[in-house]
Amino acid sequence: MSVTAIVDYGVGNLFSLTSSVRAVGGRPVVTGDPDVLASADRILLPGVGAFGDAAEKLRATGLIPVLEERVRAGTPLMGICLGMQLLFQSSSEYGTHAGLGWLRGRVESLAEALRGTPEESLKVPHMGWNSLTFSDPSCPLLAGIPEGSFVYFVHSFYAVDCDDSLRAWAPYGVRVPALVSRENVYGCQFHPEKSGGVGLKILESFQRM
Amino acid sequence: MLTKRIIPCLDVRDGKVVKGVNFQGVRDIEDPVEMAAFYNECGADELVFYDITASFEERRLFADVLRRVAERIFIPLCVGGGVTGLEDFDRILNAGADKVSVNSGAIRDPDLIRRAARKYGDQCVVLSMDVKRVDGRYHVFARGGREDTGLDALEWCRRGQDLGAGELVLNSIDTDGVKTGFDLEMLRDVSACVSIPIIASGGAGSMEDFARLFRLPGVDAGLAASIFHFREVDIRDLKRFLAERGVNVRQTG
Repeated sequence: MSVTAIVDYGVGNLFSLTSSVRAVGGRPVVTGDPDVLASADRILLPGVGAFGDAAEKLRATGLIPVLEERVRAGTPLMGICLGMQLLFQSSSEYGTHAGLGWLRGRVESLAEALRGTPEESLKVPHMGWNSLTFSDPSCPLLAGIPEGSFVYFVHSFYAVDCDDSLRAWAPYGVRVPALVSRENVYGCQFHPEKSGGVGLKILESFQRM
Repeated sequence: MLTKRIIPCLDVRDGKVVKGVNFQGVRDIEDPVEMAAFYNECGADELVFYDITASFEERRLFADVLRRVAERIFIPLCVGGGVTGLEDFDRILNAGADKVSVNSGAIRDPDLIRRAARKYGDQCVVLSMDVKRVDGRYHVFARGGREDTGLDALEWCRRGQDLGAGELVLNSIDTDGVKTGFDLEMLRDVSACVSIPIIASGGAGSMEDFARLFRLPGVDAGLAASIFHFREVDIRDLKRFLAERGVNVRQTG
């Protein structure tokens, strides 16, 4: 059976993600081993916490070259939550930090974006269930999902200037990029492993790649 | 826009779901894993589990229950009960929970909120408090509502937010278990002094109670146990009822 590698670089809890991959018929392997990543059929890049910290930890594992190689070779890779943010060029969370740069765009503070707008009173973190509006319904990860479906978000920073990769967004004072992709690189700002049936459907579509 | 959340709460002891009325006279209901799966199917937006066991052996049993739930249920899980240190956060998060609810443990050691928020992120730390009116003020009670700490609820929730709590559960002892509606007055007064999400608890008896609750602008979620456990209110019906009244809720097919 094909292997879905979940990159283990010491951030966050991978229990639910592992269980959800298994629930959609996949074979999850949580790993920090470059050989396992090199032979995986698809790769999930999770992440919670602060951008700079996570980027530093990922760099310290020495796994970035093998991930880059896999991305170039066409292996499907999906970043989740902070893992999605890491795919962009940079983030301004507690200083300026370089990302992986596989998607064009930056990551900025949601609270600052809302400041001075009529939606200033919205709570940050953006935490809870929000609806998806599709920018590109043909995205394979949106297959079988009705527009307006709800998914579960927990984050305080969000991607900007990423129009070329935007596939779906959620309304929260601003358009919060929810699902992005470019060729074989995908990113979910929400947590598909915590988004009930809709999230499982997305993981199942990824599992079929 | 974010939906208002409906959250069933499951108290677990000896691997079984129990429910107290005014915190006393608990009786067994069903298997927590089956209950969780049932609520997930009905469209619950999140599940809260409270571990009301005492012994080490029972705690291990609870971790096993939690793991079995987290293997099957893919919505957010919040877990509390007996959380007194970072090792409890580890234990609970490693069993598959997303958030940890701390109550008496934070009253004894408020800095636990800060340490946990720093280590796991604010979104992981839920400050739960049992509130009761005493001489015209809102007091925070500890130890499952048995002990008046004398702490002022408004001050405590402000402090909890400053220390890094990501959400607040406000449970009214005055209305808990009596099913005459949420404690709207207390919820309004307390929610006005913080900006983090508020989960209201205690007193839900009907669908109309939730509709009234969500008229309070500061309340993000409603938590209840017995009305859901005894199928007095079906979550699917409740969501439909709320949607018809203009409340933004997540409806699932």
